[in-house]
Amino acid sequence: MTINRRGFLRGTAAFGTAAAASAFLAACGSDDKSDSPSVSANDVDAALAAGGTLTVWAWEGTLKQVVTAFQAKYPKVTVNLVNAGTGDKQYTALQNAISAGSGVPDLAQIEYYALPQFALGKSLVDLSGFGAGSLDGTFTPGPWASVKSGGVTYGLPMDSGPMALFYNKDVFDKHGITVPTTWDEYVAAAKKLHAADPKAYITNDTGDAGFTTSMIWQAGGKPFQVDGTNVKINLADDGSTKFAGLWQQLITDKLIAPISSWSDAWYKGLGDGSIATLVIGAWMPANLESGVAAANGKWRVAPMPQWTAGGTATAENGGSSLAIPKLGKNNALAYAFMKYATTGEGAQLRTDNGAFPATTEQVNADAFKNKEFPYFGGQKVNEVLAQAAAGVVPGWSYLPFQVYANSVFNDTVGKAYVSSTTLTDGLKSWQDAATKYGKDQGFTVN
Amino acid sequence: MAVLAPPAMRRSGPPGRSRAPRRRRSWTGWAFIGPFMAVFAFVFLAPIAYAVYLSFFRTKLIGGTSFVGAQNYRDVLTDPQFWSSFGRVALFLCVQVPIMLFLALLVALAIDSGRLYGKSFFRVAVFMPYAVPAVVATLMWGFMYGPQFGLVGSLNEKFGWSLPNPLGPDWLLASIGNIVTWEFVGYNMLIFYSALQVIPRTLYEAADLDGAGQLRIIRSIKLPGIRGALLIATIFSIIGSFQLFSEPAILKSLAPNVITTYYTPNFYAYSLSFAGQQFNYSAAVAIVMALLTAVVAYAVQLRGMRKERQS
Repeated sequence: MTINRRGFLRGTAAFGTAAAASAFLAACGSDDKSDSPSVSANDVDAALAAGGTLTVWAWEGTLKQVVTAFQAKYPKVTVNLVNAGTGDKQYTALQNAISAGSGVPDLAQIEYYALPQFALGKSLVDLSGFGAGSLDGTFTPGPWASVKSGGVTYGLPMDSGPMALFYNKDVFDKHGITVPTTWDEYVAAAKKLHAADPKAYITNDTGDAGFTTSMIWQAGGKPFQVDGTNVKINLADDGSTKFAGLWQQLITDKLIAPISSWSDAWYKGLGDGSIATLVIGAWMPANLESGVAAANGKWRVAPMPQWTAGGTATAENGGSSLAIPKLGKNNALAYAFMKYATTGEGAQLRTDNGAFPATTEQVNADAFKNKEFPYFGGQKVNEVLAQAAAGVVPGWSYLPFQVYANSVFNDTVGKAYVSSTTLTDGLKSWQDAATKYGKDQGFTVN
Repeated sequence: MAVLAPPAMRRSGPPGRSRAPRRRRSWTGWAFIGPFMAVFAFVFLAPIAYAVYLSFFRTKLIGGTSFVGAQNYRDVLTDPQFWSSFGRVALFLCVQVPIMLFLALLVALAIDSGRLYGKSFFRVAVFMPYAVPAVVATLMWGFMYGPQFGLVGSLNEKFGWSLPNPLGPDWLLASIGNIVTWEFVGYNMLIFYSALQVIPRTLYEAADLDGAGQLRIIRSIKLPGIRGALLIATIFSIIGSFQLFSEPAILKSLAPNVITTYYTPNFYAYSLSFAGQQFNYSAAVAIVMALLTAVVAYAVQLRGMRKERQS
């Protein structure tokens, strides 16, 4: 099962003592190891034969089975799979460990949006020395592009989240709503649904940076342009403006449930039909099956609504990679496990357990596409999702400090959800906050 | 450290002889307080010194760490986000603390009056919330505040009311004030109550004989009698208000767009170091806030003590 990834990001905080402790750790200085270790396939094999212990920080649910299979295949290797938190909690822990120079795992799960930040901090091993270049074509284009930063490969894609429209067919049928294929139809459906049942909403949103950036991505926006340390931020480009216009209508007319994703209320709403659709990543089916058992058989998947009728544009939403922190002890062994987990046998195993693969072989396999999901009324869900994977708009990039930018999203854009501030103004102040941070951190911004 | 050389001892004996023995005494003293001093220095002074040290540097993603002198402090003093968070806790302090202390005083006086039936029950019941951890209390109130699925939502639905959203931008600070009041009325009540217990009963008898009513007794005997306790409770509350953290931190998941990352100064420092890796700036924010808190608390204490001397 793929565990939700962005949901916990805005979760509740720990406490002041922890803050003090980590500040303490962070300052003990960091030191860089050599940049790109040159390791041949033989070295990797030798490391496997020699064995050893690996510490892996990850929260992705299907890795457990991979670890079991890997240890059975290579009995001399022990893999400690540690859940050091989901999303930014884990990044904070990782960042602190790296700054402190101790306690760094050999391998860490890092979402695509966060990868550039760690790459730029020179915290990750450049994988070209391990022959990662030879993996061209192994992965689907979207995720493969996402693990590169400045032309260097820093991680191997573990899964992917091309977006699709998940909808509650029961609710749609009850109110005579047809599945929207364009965003205009989506707004119309939102109005019709809420008019028919004031307790039902087309979807929920309380301001979610990951969702917003993905929506802008689909609309063709490229608000973040990164060239080394030169960063351009323009959250008023065409794509951003299109999205803001669309979503503002829904907010103004109160057509979106003010419920945060991954909250108890959210699961409840998905189950009782008061939240009728989700535009979300392809990793959602497993979450619905495990978290919303009440709606078994009611949900279906359709392609993401389009800006132009007949289009096929989609975007990635979430998805993560495995990467090797430089301060990890056994880089060669880490690479061996990482390659096993993300390609071939490991990828197949994870796909079988419900992950949405980032490997072309698994995505295109007939068994994968033809799998019928009882939860989705027997629909061949992966057919739709694989199509979504092919439609990801190319050319997107995240900020090299996206983790921070996302953390102040609700300070800025969030205002549009609770006050008279418009989304456009909110995006503008988000841009200002990100620009300021970027400049403070030594980037050349705009 | 005042223990080292009691003035009385220093004055005894002829001046010429005093040096050697005093020296010996001082080492013995150090041996006794040494273990304490070591721990004190390590867990108390070192972190403060370290935070001060940190605050003079700046670490950038591009360019690494460099010494920036007082630049972080200059930035804090002109940081609108910092001042908005400070303004918010200051407003909180001016409104919530008087209400809470007044309620606590009222309860303490009621229990102390001896006219309350089931007085020990009330004492425990009012004190009970203090025993509930702040995190649990906030979660509990958070559920009640919920306009969708919480108590507020249920009331709205059941009676067709349209109560204002306690988690909306207009009401959130008041909602937090309500939680904090609920948590700390009992604690302050106990401080006042124990101070009231110390007042000699004979004073009340004398007042009675002079024909003073209850209100007069409260005004002229009880309130002056617990002035010290009032002062202490006020200072604790000031510090507590400026340090407001757990309540907004917990409620953030329920009201993500209202509780900004700079909602209170402590939360701001927390967000800066955790989400932004800006440890240096965060340290500067923490130190400025500590100084501001100390200044306000000290000013209140000075004022309170002056009044005490006057009376």
